[in-house]
This record gives sequence, structure tokens and C-alpha cells, in this order.
Amino acid sequence: MTLSRRRFLRNSIAASTTMLAAPAVIMRYGYGSEDPILVGSLHDQSGPLAATGVPMVDSLALAIEEVNAAGGLLGRPLKLVHYDTQSNIQLYSQYAQQLAVKDRVAVVHGGITSASREAIRPTFDRFRVLYFYNTLYEGGVCDRNIFCTGTTPAQTVEKLVPYAMEKAGKKAYILAADYNYGQITAKWMTKYARDHGGEILSVDFFPLDVTNFGPTISKIQAAKPDLVLSALVGGNHTAFYRQWAAAGMKGEIPIASTTFGLVNEPSTLDATESEGVLGAYGYFEELTTPASTAYVGKLKKAHPEIPYISELAAATYEGFHLWAEGVKKAGTIDRMKVIEALESGISFDGPSGTVTLDRATHHATRNAFLAEVKDRKWSVLESYPDQKPLDTAAVCDLIKNPNDTRQYEIDI
Amino acid sequence: MTRNHKLIAQALAVLVAIVVVALAPGYLDLFTVMQLTLFASMAVLSLSLAFIWGFGGILSFGQSAFFGLGGYAYAVAVGNFGDSTPAIVLAILVPALFAGALGYFVFYGRISDVYLGVITLTVTLILFNVVNSTAGNEYTIGSVRLGGFNGIPAIQTFNMPFDPSDILYPEHAWWVTGGLLIVVYLGLRLLIGSTFGRIAIAVRENETRAALLGYDPRLVKLGVFVIGGAIAGLAGALYVNWGAFVGPTIFSLSLSAEIIIWITVGSLGTLVGPILGCVLIQYLVSQIGTQQTFNSNLVLGVILVGFVLLLPKGIVLSIQQAFEHLAYWWGQRKSTLPSSSLDVPAMEGEKG
Amino acid sequence: MVGQGCKGASLVPVSGLQSGLVLTSYLKGIEMDLAVIVALDVVNGAASLFLLCLGLAIIFGMMRIINLAHGEFVMLGAYATVVSANAGLNIWIAMLVVAPAFVALVGLVVERCLIRFLYGRLIDSMLATWGLSLFIVGFVTTIFGNTTKGVPTPLGGFSVGAYRTSYYTLFLLAMALVAAGIIYALMRHTRFGLIARATMQNPEMAAKLGVNPARIYMMTFTLGAALSGLAGGLLAPVSGITPVMGAAYIAKAFITVVGGGAAILSGTVAASSLFGFINQLGAYFTTPVYGEVILFTSAIILIRLLPQGISGRFFKGQL
Repeated sequence: MTLSRRRFLRNSIAASTTMLAAPAVIMRYGYGSEDPILVGSLHDQSGPLAATGVPMVDSLALAIEEVNAAGGLLGRPLKLVHYDTQSNIQLYSQYAQQLAVKDRVAVVHGGITSASREAIRPTFDRFRVLYFYNTLYEGGVCDRNIFCTGTTPAQTVEKLVPYAMEKAGKKAYILAADYNYGQITAKWMTKYARDHGGEILSVDFFPLDVTNFGPTISKIQAAKPDLVLSALVGGNHTAFYRQWAAAGMKGEIPIASTTFGLVNEPSTLDATESEGVLGAYGYFEELTTPASTAYVGKLKKAHPEIPYISELAAATYEGFHLWAEGVKKAGTIDRMKVIEALESGISFDGPSGTVTLDRATHHATRNAFLAEVKDRKWSVLESYPDQKPLDTAAVCDLIKNPNDTRQYEIDI
Repeated sequence: MTRNHKLIAQALAVLVAIVVVALAPGYLDLFTVMQLTLFASMAVLSLSLAFIWGFGGILSFGQSAFFGLGGYAYAVAVGNFGDSTPAIVLAILVPALFAGALGYFVFYGRISDVYLGVITLTVTLILFNVVNSTAGNEYTIGSVRLGGFNGIPAIQTFNMPFDPSDILYPEHAWWVTGGLLIVVYLGLRLLIGSTFGRIAIAVRENETRAALLGYDPRLVKLGVFVIGGAIAGLAGALYVNWGAFVGPTIFSLSLSAEIIIWITVGSLGTLVGPILGCVLIQYLVSQIGTQQTFNSNLVLGVILVGFVLLLPKGIVLSIQQAFEHLAYWWGQRKSTLPSSSLDVPAMEGEKG
Repeated sequence: MVGQGCKGASLVPVSGLQSGLVLTSYLKGIEMDLAVIVALDVVNGAASLFLLCLGLAIIFGMMRIINLAHGEFVMLGAYATVVSANAGLNIWIAMLVVAPAFVALVGLVVERCLIRFLYGRLIDSMLATWGLSLFIVGFVTTIFGNTTKGVPTPLGGFSVGAYRTSYYTLFLLAMALVAAGIIYALMRHTRFGLIARATMQNPEMAAKLGVNPARIYMMTFTLGAALSGLAGGLLAPVSGITPVMGAAYIAKAFITVVGGGAAILSGTVAASSLFGFINQLGAYFTTPVYGEVILFTSAIILIRLLPQGISGRFFKGQL
């Protein structure tokens, strides 16, 4: 009985292996030259994360249109396969399987929160689908199948904290969202502040549904810092900046943030509430380089309702073009060949400047910028060319360990 | 129809279900099979609440607490043991014990109605908060990091019992999940038909009267609650096996509410209904995300509101009612007896 | 009874340090300025929570409609304020008139088209209002997009010693007192209040005495919606305005209203004060997150000890 059941299972495993292997065969030889190459996209377009996700999809669609207008890739047109993940992790897993197993896309761009990325990353590893994660995050992902094109703390926080301390003073007070991103970013803020002789008076974490910051504002006043560092996330936390201004604290203690402005906070808040907030990202819409103005013009023309084009949209655009460069160089959409091509130091001149993929970490070496809010717009003050993802590089070496698939928490 | 006829019809229906589960991978593509695996694991969850709410009269607003505990118990255990067999057992035991403790606290305090709903809801929120704040390296059980909001990724999926080297393929995961759905359904059906099930229904209908007849309503409710918790835990393990991922959003308020919606849509007081409701709503939600014309929330909202207004009794009972009306108009009055339904033993416990 | 709101603490989910700070500063006998500021925060938190819960206390506490769209009613109030203020309307009119009036209108339509079929169907009301909340979120997103420009906080700030806070804090407290006073007067001293309370207790008896219960239900629901809209309007200048902002309020509002029990006004006041106070202390001695956990745990213990809510024990038969 047991034996026969075993044999039955073994046989079906063999059968299903054939089934799994079949798509690869079909993909390489089955399509004619006119069949489109499918590009998968998983971004939230409804629910709490929609404000973040919508510009990313628009930007990806623009990049695909551009490549198609120039004749496509390898002589084939590109087609976007997008699913709205509705700010729901379960749908991320579901649609990831759909993209990998049913649609058999050549690459997937997407994932916004780290949780969504961690939910779908193993699926793409398992079904061998190349994956691009284009969001700024806490760093540490080490996996040969994924490329992370957004900035990590070593590229932005490392610039922001010393600059703000130079301007305001040595004593800082940290406010951060209570989940992995906020907690890890707070650690980096603490490290960079101490490295530059600063002092952290307190670190306060806030669940994402907190809306009343009155007591926090009093507590900050009692601690008397020179500077407030914020990694607050989401619409609810925007309330902090309004209540801060309402209490008359604006202008008393300056704020520097690693998250403010990623959606479009400067323009939803009143000038009295946002004036003077410092931020550092891999891209600002206000950059006046020709590449940046051309990109902004095209995207706003195609999607006039986009409120602000932040690093998230720009990195998605650049991430897609990096993949396209990789395909051109590899001459195929075969996953391993494209990965090898991307690992050869491929770069792309995008709206933020030159972005180069780092072989050892699969993260991006890219420009970082520091800006201040002036009259509900960012005014770019400093630029830092070719910042390397040093945080991830401290824990991750895919040249030595190509089979690594972990996300490391970097010891600080 | 006599009782024997009904039994035969039911046995046939179960047989058909078994055949469908067995043959599905041969006729469907891999993605559909994987999606069905998800739906089946969710249907087990739906059954767990269908049982304690529909037959025990306990409205738990936090069924996702047991589901999540099951998922986390499985993830932590399989990471430490490397074998899914004891992990699945733990995924059932841990939520069952938790349900026992919570149920003792609640039922022996004679809390009922909406207060019970709020307590279960609050417990779920507590679990979410606690698990969500476990991001640091210090929150490790054995060799598994809890991971906070980012959750536990790349969890080992089911293997052949006691043979960790033999990991199941998606088709086999479907057989396991679909098979367990049938097993849970049959188990609950037998339980409801048993003495315990009848007492539970009596307690649901009238606690005082049941107590006067010599039964302890607190103990009966506790028993129902623990069984429901155990089944939800099993569903959690099946869900994690499907997605290989678990994160704190598994404890979310929206999932808890969604389970209640599945049951209301399918028909409270039945077992087939909640399975249908679950699959239907899950399918709808995933289909809505593939269209770009309308906001997903907008569409789902309209469907739910329309449903309440048009089919207030849920799918199964509405269909049953329609059949009864038809039968009435055709003059076949013998089939209008209340016991003639798609879901016979369940109907015997149906309210009012 | 009405004034109890100002004695307790707030249900601010985080940074409960201020109550601890109050204690410390009292103990040390210094920093009286800080103590004043912190006490204001505490009162402000309780007042905001009370305003947020009042509409739900009427719709759920009184009418037994599990209104899962409560947060969305608040959100609509905030949007009504922001949109009309940005269109050039005076901010005070936008907050105090437009927001409650608009949401009352929405409530009226919702009652006529949906809720009136669902009285006495507790669970169906939940399913329908869940759908309604998704619909409202989707609808607002479709019209206004995912973000919108807010309105600045009126009134400005003032100083207590070395510390600064805003007059708006005091205004919120005043509005909470006014709202509580109006509801108390309306329910206790007007014919409508008497009839409404009677109808909720026994609709059949009320009908036999010549009252039209359907009309009373409609009016009560509209009143509850208007109060939710008012809360949204008042919180608009100090909140992040997004279509999904309602989700942050819903669970705590339900816990507070259930914890308060049957006497909607005194119960809600007492519950928001008590939960807030516990939350503050818990957060001070551990972390904000565990402060929240301690709050939830104490809510469970409260319901276990007082299964009829606070008012079932202490304010029996009161409003």
C-alpha cells in the first residue's frame, strides 16, 4: 500500500517536473518574433499604499512605451502585465504566482513595503523569474535573483544626518514608524549621529495608525533637542507635521526626514507646516538636469494627475531601463544570461544621473541628493555623486556566495 | 425523499468532490491548481468559523487570531525541526490551547453577544501589535527570526510525513489541502450529527433551557470554540504551505471581517455555504485586481452592498428557498418540508 | 457627568509619557509649565477620542447597527472641510457647518437606501457597512486621488513658560464639551430625545403610542452621521487627509463604545478617559507599543469584570 502510493507520488513528481520545465522550453523556441515580451508589475493601486504605488506603475508604463517606440527589445514589442495588489500581502503572493506560472513574464518590477517584497521574493526564486525591487528600503537583501535599485540608508541617511547636525546642532530626537523600516533606519540615524559627535536624546516608535502627536510634541519640548529626525511613514503620520506647526514649533526646532516627501507631502501640507524640512533621496522632481526635466515632462504629460514624482517613480523607471540594457547586452530574455549581463557593471543614464548595478550586492550605485522644502517645493541643496550601497556590501557578497537568499539585518 | 435517499445523495456528492480533488491537477494548469490550493486553505478557515458561529452560536470577530497563530506555529516549528510533520501538529495544538485559555476566560465569565466579539477582536489586535514589533534579531525562537512586520519569508513547505528530503510539489500540496478540506467538512458533519453537536445546537438555541436539562453551556461552548480554533490553526498551516510566507497582517482586522463575510454570503448555519462564499469572494477579489478601469475598493463595495440587499439569506439558503418555491408552484408539496435541502443535517440545526 | 471628559487621560495610542511626566514633575515639584502643557495634551486626547466615538455611540450603542463605515463618515467630514475650505469658504463654517451637514446628508441617503432594511439584523448591517466603507473609500479615491491638500490649523499657538502649544487644543476640548452638552440636552430635554430613546428601547410600544419608528430611526442615524462628520471636520486641520484615514479610528472607537456600555454619553466619556489613562501609564513604564497592548488587555479585563460596560455598573439608567 505504502509502496504503491510512494511510487505513484514519485511518478507524478517526475511528471510535474516536466511540466515545470516545459515553460522554459516554450519561452525560448515557441514564440515568434512578433510575440510581445511580458513585463510583470505588482504595485498597490488601491488601499493605504495606493498613493505610493500609482506613480510607480505610471512610470513603468512610460518606460515600456519608450522602449516600444524605439522598436522594442530584440525586435519584439514589450507588454505590461500589471495587477493591483490592493495593499494586501496575500494578493502579492497570489499575483506573484500568476505572473510566474501563468503569464510567464520575463521580469517582474514591484513590491513596495519590505513585507510585500519578502512575501514574493521566494516565489520568484522558486519559479526562476527575475525580480526588480525599486523602492528605497532598509537594506540587507542578498539574493542573486533580485536587483534592488532604490537607495539604502548608507546612501541617504549618511548624508542627511551630518548635514542637519551641522546646521542645527548636536542633540537629536528620533521619531520613527514602528516596523522594520523605521526601527532599522532609527539605528542608522543613531549611528551616523554618534559618528559625527552627536547625541540622541530619545528614540520614539509609533504604530502606523497613530494620529495624535500632541503628547509627543510636548515630550520633545521637554527634551529640548537641536534637531528632530523623522522616519514617520504614511498618511496618518503626516498629522505630526501639522500638529507640530499648530503648536508653533515650526521654526523653533528643525526637522530632517528620510521619508517626508516620498508621496507628495510638501504640496499637501501648507507652506507654514512644511517649510524648511530637510530630506535626502536618490531623486527629486525639482532636479534641473536635462534628463530629469525631460522625464518629468513626459510623465506629467502622460499622467497629469501624478501629484509628485519621487525617487520611487524614478527608480522604477531606471530599474526597468537597466533591465532592458541587460537584455540588449545578453541578446536574450533567458533569466541567467540577463543576470550575468546585469552583473557585468551595466549602467543607465536616467533622470537621477548614472545608475550602475553593483555585482556583489545587486544594489545600485547611484547619485544622492539633499534638499529642503521651500514654498511647498523641494529646493535641492547638495548632490553626492555615485554613492555605493555600503550598508548591504558589509554583509552581502554574491560573488562569493551566489546561492545566498537572505535578508540580513546589518549589525550597527 | 427519505433519509436514506438523502444519505446516498450526500455520499455521492462527497465522492464527486474526492474525484474532483484527485483529478484536478491532470486537467488544470499549474497556476489554477495553486490558486485552488489557496482557496481550499481559506475554505478550511471559513469552515472553522461556520462551525462555531453557525452551530455554536459564538460570533468570534477574531478568528484570524487562531489562523495566524497556526501559521506562525507552523513556520517556527518547521524552521526548527526541518520536518513539517510535527509542525502541522503544533499548528493545530497551539491555537487549540490558546482557544481553550481564551474560551475559559470568556465563557466562564458568562460573556456573550457583541462583548464576545469585541474581546476576540481585541485579542487579534494585541497579537498583531506584539508580532509586528518583533523586528530585532533578539526575537528569535530556536533558529527562526520572527521578523516583525516583514514576517518570516521562504518557509519550508510540506514534505512527505517524516521525510524532510521529500518536499511536496504544488500538485501534491493541492491534494493535501483539498483532501483536508473534505476531511474537515466530513468531520464537522459527523460532529454536528453526534450527541455533542445536538447539545451544542440546543445551547445555541436556548442556553437556559439547555442548562435546565442538565448540560453545562459553558463547557459545551468551550468545546465548540476549541475545535474551531484547532481547525483555524490547521488552515493557517495550509495557508503558509501555499504562500511559504507569514507576516503579522495575517492577524488583521480586515481578514477577520472577511471570514464573517464569506459565511454571511454563503449562508450562516450551513457548511457548504461558507465554502462557496469563501471561494466566491476570494475569486472576486483576485479578479478585481486584474482590471484597471475601476478602483478595486469601489467594485468590491458595490458587490457586497448589493449582496446584502438582494440575497439577505446567503447563497445556499436562497437557492434552497427558490427550489422550495418552485416545488410549491408545481404542487409537489411533499418536498417543501424544511428538511429537504442541499445541506441536510446542517439544516436540522438551522435557526428559526 | 458631561464634564468628566476633562478629568481623564487621552487614548493617544503612543507616547504616554506625559502622564508619567505629570507624575514625575509633581513629585519633583518642578517644571509646572511642563505639567500644564502635558495636562492639556491629555485632555486634548480624551476630547478628540470622545468626539470620534460620539457618532458611533449613537449608531452602534443606541441603534445596534455595527457601522464599519464609521471611520469613512469621519473621513468624509474631513474631506468636506478640506474641499470647501480650499474652495475659499471660511474655515470655521467649513468645519462646523459644512462637515456635519454634508455627512448628515450622506447618512440620510445611506439610511434610506441601505440601513433601513437592516434594523435588527446585526450581522447583515456589518456586511453592508463593510461594503459601504470600501465603496466610500473607492469613490473618494476616484474623485480626489490618493492625496489631497490639507488646510492649515487655525488659531495659532501660545506659550506656557518655555513650552508652546496650540489654541486649537483648547478649541477641541471646548467642542467636545459643547457636543456632549448638546447631545445631553437633546436626548434628555427635548421631545425628540425622549421619543428616540423610547423607540430604541421598544419600537413596537412606541409605534402603538403613535410614533413612526422608521422616521425616528432615520433621524437618529442622521444625527449619528452628523456627529461623525463633525469629528472629521474638527480633526481635519490636525490630521493627514487620505481616503483611507478612517481605518485608524474604527477598532478603538468600537472598543471604547462597547467598554462604555449602554449609557451612551456617560459611558463613552468614562471609557475614553479610563482607557486613555491606562494607556498612558502603560506606555510610560514600557514602550508605546506595549502601552497599546496593555490598553487592549485592560479593555478585555474590563469587559470580563463588567460585562455590561462601565455604565452598566456605575451609570445605570443614565444617558
